This record gives sequence, structure tokens and C-alpha cells, in this order.
Amino acid sequence: MSFQIQTSGDKYDVAIVGSGAGGGMAAKILAESGLSVAVLEAGGYFDPAQEEYRTQLRWPWESPRRGASTVRDFGDFDAAWGGWEIDGEPYTRNDGTEFDWFRSRMLGGRTNHWGRISLRFGPEDFRRKDIDGLGDNWPIGYEDISPYYDRVDKLIGVFGTNEGLPNDPDGYFLPPPKPRLHELYIQRAAEQAGVPVIPSRLSILTRRVSERRGACFYCSQCNRACNAYADFSAGTCLVQPAMERGKVDLYTNAMVREVTTNGDGLATGVVYINKEDMQEYQVKARTVVLGASACETARIMLNSKSAQHPNGLANGSGVLGRYLHDSTGTSRSAIIPELIDRKRYNEDGVGGMHVYTPWWGDNSQLDFPRGYHLEYYGGMGMPLYGTGFGMDSARQYIKDEMGNPSPNGGYGKGLKQDIRKLYGSTVGISGRGECIARYDNYCEIDPDTVDKYGIPVLRFNYTWSEHEINQAKHMHDTFEEILTNLGGILLGDKPGPETDYNLAAPGRIIHEVGTTRMGDDPSTSVLNEYSQAHECENLFVVDAGSFVSQADKNPTWTIMALSWRTSDYIVDQMEKGNL
Amino acid sequence: MDRREHLKLLLAGGAGAALFMSSSCTPEDQRRSEEIIAENGGGPGYGRTEEEEERDARLRSETFFTDHEMATVAVLADIIIPADEESGSATDAGVPDFIEFMMKDYPPFQNPTRGGLMWLDSQCNERFGSRFVDCTEEERIEMVDLIAWPDDADPDMMYGVRFFNRMRDLVSTGFFTSEMGVEYMDYKGNTPGFWDGVPQEVLEEHGFSYDEEMMDKYIKEEERYVLAEWDEDGNVINRSGDSG
Repeated sequence: MSFQIQTSGDKYDVAIVGSGAGGGMAAKILAESGLSVAVLEAGGYFDPAQEEYRTQLRWPWESPRRGASTVRDFGDFDAAWGGWEIDGEPYTRNDGTEFDWFRSRMLGGRTNHWGRISLRFGPEDFRRKDIDGLGDNWPIGYEDISPYYDRVDKLIGVFGTNEGLPNDPDGYFLPPPKPRLHELYIQRAAEQAGVPVIPSRLSILTRRVSERRGACFYCSQCNRACNAYADFSAGTCLVQPAMERGKVDLYTNAMVREVTTNGDGLATGVVYINKEDMQEYQVKARTVVLGASACETARIMLNSKSAQHPNGLANGSGVLGRYLHDSTGTSRSAIIPELIDRKRYNEDGVGGMHVYTPWWGDNSQLDFPRGYHLEYYGGMGMPLYGTGFGMDSARQYIKDEMGNPSPNGGYGKGLKQDIRKLYGSTVGISGRGECIARYDNYCEIDPDTVDKYGIPVLRFNYTWSEHEINQAKHMHDTFEEILTNLGGILLGDKPGPETDYNLAAPGRIIHEVGTTRMGDDPSTSVLNEYSQAHECENLFVVDAGSFVSQADKNPTWTIMALSWRTSDYIVDQMEKGNL
Repeated sequence: MDRREHLKLLLAGGAGAALFMSSSCTPEDQRRSEEIIAENGGGPGYGRTEEEEERDARLRSETFFTDHEMATVAVLADIIIPADEESGSATDAGVPDFIEFMMKDYPPFQNPTRGGLMWLDSQCNERFGSRFVDCTEEERIEMVDLIAWPDDADPDMMYGVRFFNRMRDLVSTGFFTSEMGVEYMDYKGNTPGFWDGVPQEVLEEHGFSYDEEMMDKYIKEEERYVLAEWDEDGNVINRSGDSG
């Protein structure tokens, strides 16, 4: 039986792979400029405003597992479809190395459930090699991206305050919410330790920024996706408007296998497997834009081999898949005795912390090269699976009027009361830091494994170096100082070198970047400064694959600013007849 | 689940608790579960994908606990979380059905729980000549007291202590995530509103006040539906109280 790839008759100006922060932004900018656009998304359609998708404002008992993470990795109400492991879509790791890969297969991708922490990279973040000699400088500087950050601030909306900090730039912020009670405790304790605490910067609408999106109503559930579109997710804020205003065809459940090329080595479109009928299809386009996520984009390019591109598409340098890096992360928690048996009120607030700490240290005085920021959590959140756990070791922290501690464990009315008293008294601090991008941390094609769509899968090779391990040690010293200052009962033991200071496995912070990095030298980079492939001029990457270094900042805001810049460049080059 | 995981869960308390899955789990009695779920307005249709709905339907159609095991779980549940003047008990809140569901949803729970229930019966047989549920109330409490207090338990009771720790976790979390338990906890959120900071009397009780200089910067309720506009320096120009 003959086998033929089915081709749709239309040829688009642009085919965009992925509908997350990068792909979504490209879809919006390119469609609004009048180009015809195909958006290919590997997962299904999703819109949190439609009742069938809504998990927001559900009660714990509406889930038979009470919100436990047996099905969805971040809990039963979390918006992300997919997770660390997806049936039929494996990945592998080289012996002795770790990497966990979180994928969200749905319109908007991982932006549906992310933490909305929206931080600009600062001037120093683009020239780290000049400062500490490690890694590489970017081919662009803050002045190149700054106008695009401004536009993203105004289009998407982010609350915060202008602080005049040298490497955490000001922007166009919405007014922030007041701190919660535990955040006031933390702020006082941190400042005693010389650690600054400022309003956080989250893409949550304390005020409206457009007619089609509402304002935050303070349910604290941004990770469930907002039915008022009052937080940023790419589906609701970028792809939907692109479809409303432009010539956009959205292909869902379209698992892209490769970029097709012609005899000149130029991209001609993409081939995808339709997950519903398991048939292959081709979409033709003048220009291909990959925004599938740093690792998925690298996978597609590595799998797009041809006579002109024998090592994978635009990979003459051999750098494709290299320099993979994720944020560092570890955390510690404590009970604040003053918050035991606290007065009740609605403390939900926005979906995340109201205050945070940007990096404050001086690396020239420290034994690690890059910074980290601090995130804080706690409060009287919705009781979910896990509430009431651990009374076999934590009940002792409840004291009666005479100051006598409760016995650990037990049962009965006293236990019931003690769980109620302990509720809302725990706080925690997480550190999120910058990892040095290294050639030896990479993803490649595993020659022995394909997924259920017949597409060769990624094999990861990633280790932490002493830079990241020393940074994690410093994080724990900071946590201990702050939590001790606030009179907290520190929980668990302080981790030591035997566990690399509880440094989370690579990939776990879900900030992976760097696999198709940009640079001026085609022998050491995949993309130029506009995220255009050095070796394939009508191929662009708009996810975090282009990052040269990751900063201690969550990547989403930079992904969107760079995607906008690349999209402007594409429009310009098309107008000039260069694409 | 080890101690660190316990503490993480505890720490996460509400919102973050779902991030961590313990190493335990449950089964269920289909009929009773469906009743409870129907009463509580839950069940399929809370934003599930097709695959998830199928999985939940399959788990509901299966039964893990025997009638005797279920009866034992129910007695333990009401010892751990009894009714009092403020609320009903764990079984009043449907906790045994939640535990049955978790056994199937997270199979690693199954052996330790089934084995623990059998261990409990054999201990009771040895001591009192009958299974746990057939013991007198005094005998049950005598048995439970041997395994309910981890810091004072006899070393040869440690298996039972771990079993009871797991039951305490599951019963407690099942109760406090039920409608009755959330009401008893007095959780006030999950409702649209406006966050205008910590109530004044709570601030005073804890010796805090908001920084005067910051007060103007915080969001005000009356301006939230007004489209934001900025000047060239990034300052919002149409704050409430501003003229024009």
C-alpha cells in the first residue's frame, strides 16, 4: 500500500509550532501585520472561560482525590495537561545524569498553570562573561530588548513597583496588592538579615489592561487558569486575539515531527502527526517559526535531517541541543508560632506571593558566580490533599494555655483541634538561581527510542557543577537566617553536601533554556541575534532555546519580548522581500 | 512517605499541598462514593479531560476494601476524627469512601493498608480474642493507644505506629478537605472578592502596620476595572483620586 503525506492546499506565510509564550506572541504579532498564519499545537483546545475546562473556584471535595497529584503533577485542579511523564511520549537520560522534562500538551502550553512571575533580565544578564568569565555574552544588550519589555508590560499586564534597581529594571507596572500577614513577618525578618523584600512582579491584572480581559478577583488560583483572563496565559491573551483579528488557522493535536526543506536547504513547511487519526500531514509555509519549548524545538530540528542539513536542521555547528540549562532551586520551611491558632479571614490574594526578593548579593565576595531570587509562600490557603498530614511529628508545636506541648500523633477531638490550630502557620522560602550554561549539558536524539507517533525521542545529559551546588548551600544559609530571625520553628534538617543541599534535579524548576542559542559566530551558535537560524534564513526560534544565559529570572517575559522582536524582524524582512 | 515529605506537605498547608504526593493511597465502595459525591456536587465534570474522566470512572467501578476492611476503616476514622459539639465525625464527612478511592488512585497505598488492617486484627485477636471491630470500645482504645503515640510507642509496635500514622494522615486530610471539614477549619476563601490587606485588628494584634509610603502604591478597589494608562516613566497616571 502506498503511503503519502497529506498536504493541505494552502501555503501559509508562516507556520508556527507551539502556542505557548513564544509561539503565541509570534502568532499575534504576525497575524496582526496581515500575514497568514498556521499555529500547530501538539495538545488539545483549551479555554478556561468555558465551563467544560474550568477548575477555578472548585472546592476540594469536587475532586475524588481532593486535589492530590496522582493524575496531574501539580494537583488535580492544576490547569496543565501533561506533566513530567506522558503516556507514549518517553524521553531518556544518559547514565549518571538527571533531567526531568515537564511538557504541557494544550493550547497555551505551560503558560496555563505557571507562577506568573514576570521578571525582566537586567543589563548585566546579557554580558555575564564580561563580568565573571563564565559562559558567553549575548549578541544583544538590554537596550535592544528594553522597548519590547515595555510593550509586553502594557499588552499583557504585570503588577510591581519601580524600584530603580540596577539589574532588575523598572517597567510599566500595575499597582501591587498589599502583603499578607506572613509576608509582613518575612519582610521584617529578611530585612534584619540585610535581604531586601519588595512587591513581587506577577502578570496578574490588579487593573484591567484591555476590554477583553477582566481584573483579578483574588481567588489565589492562577495555576488553575483564569476564567476572567485576569492573568497571562498564551491561549487567552495571544492566540485568541490573533484568531479574532487575523488570518490564523489553529491546528490542535498536531504533533510536529520535522521541518521540511528544499534543495537549497530552506524551510518549506512542517510535517505533523494528527493525534486523532494518527495520519501524517504537511503544512507548507514561506517561513517556519519554532516555539515548541527549548527541548521540543531542538528535537524537531535534530529530527529534520536532509542532504543539506545532515546533522539536523541548521546544525553545522554541532551546538544544537547543547548549553541546556534550568534554574537552580531548593527550599525550606518553618512554623511561625505567632500564627498558630490565628484569626480567620479571606487571605487568598493573588495566585502567588505578594512580595519577593531580587538578588541582592555581591558574587565577587562569594564562592559562586551567579545570583538567585527568593520566593515566599504560606498563609490560609484552600485545604487540599495533604492538609492535616504529619501530625505524628508536628503536633508537638501546638501548646496549651500553660505552655505545655501537645503529644505527637494521637487521635480524637484534641487532634482535630490541633490540626485546625496549626493551619496557616507555616511559611516557606524557595531560592531560584542562575545555572552556568555548559556545552556538556545537552539533549540529543536517542537512537534507540521513538514515541508512539514514531518520532525519535530526546536523550538528556545534565549534571550540576560546583557553581550551582555552592549557590544552593548559600540559599540554605539565607533561609535559615531569615526563618530564625522570624522566630520560626524550622522544619526538617538543614540539607548538606551529601544531597547537594537538596538542589532540585535539572528540569524540575521548568525554566529550561539554551538549546538553540543565539550568537554572532555561526560556529558556536544556532541563531543570530534575531533568533533566525544562521544556516536556514527562513527558520526562526521564538521559545527559550535562543537564550545564551538564563539569569536568575523566570524566562517567560524574556521569551515574549524576544518573540515580539523576532516577529517584527520577520515582518520587516518579508516587506523587503528577503524572506 | 518520609518525614521530610510530611513536613513539606504540612508546610504547604493549603494551596501548595497538592504539589506533593505522599507514598500512600486508597480504594472505594462505588455506591457510597457516588452518593457522597452527588451530595457534595462533585464527580466528573470539574474540568476533566476525556482520559481523566475515563480513569475516574474506572476507579469508581472497582472495589478494593472488603466489607470487613471498610468497617474497620470506618471505626478507625471516627476514633481519629470524632464528632464533637462543632462538627460531625470522619464518617459523617464521607472519609472512608475517600480512603477507598485513594487506595485505587495510588496503588502503593494498598499493601501497607491491607496488611496494617490485618495486623491490627491479629493483634486484637491475640490480646482480646476478637477482631478489632468486634472488640469493646475500651479494648479498641487500649489497642490504638499502643500505636497512636509515636514518641512513646514500644519499639516492637513500630509497624503499627507507621500504619496508624498513615491512617491518621488519610483520615485527617479526608475530613479537612470535605465540606464539613472546610467549614470546621473555617477557611474563608475561594470566593471572588478584593484583597485589601490584613484586617486592621489582626495587624494590631501582631504588631504590624502597613508602610505609609507604600500605601499609595497598592491597588485600590475602586480603580481595578479602569483600564490602566502610564506616563513615559512607567507611572500609572489614572490612579483613583487622581484628577481627570
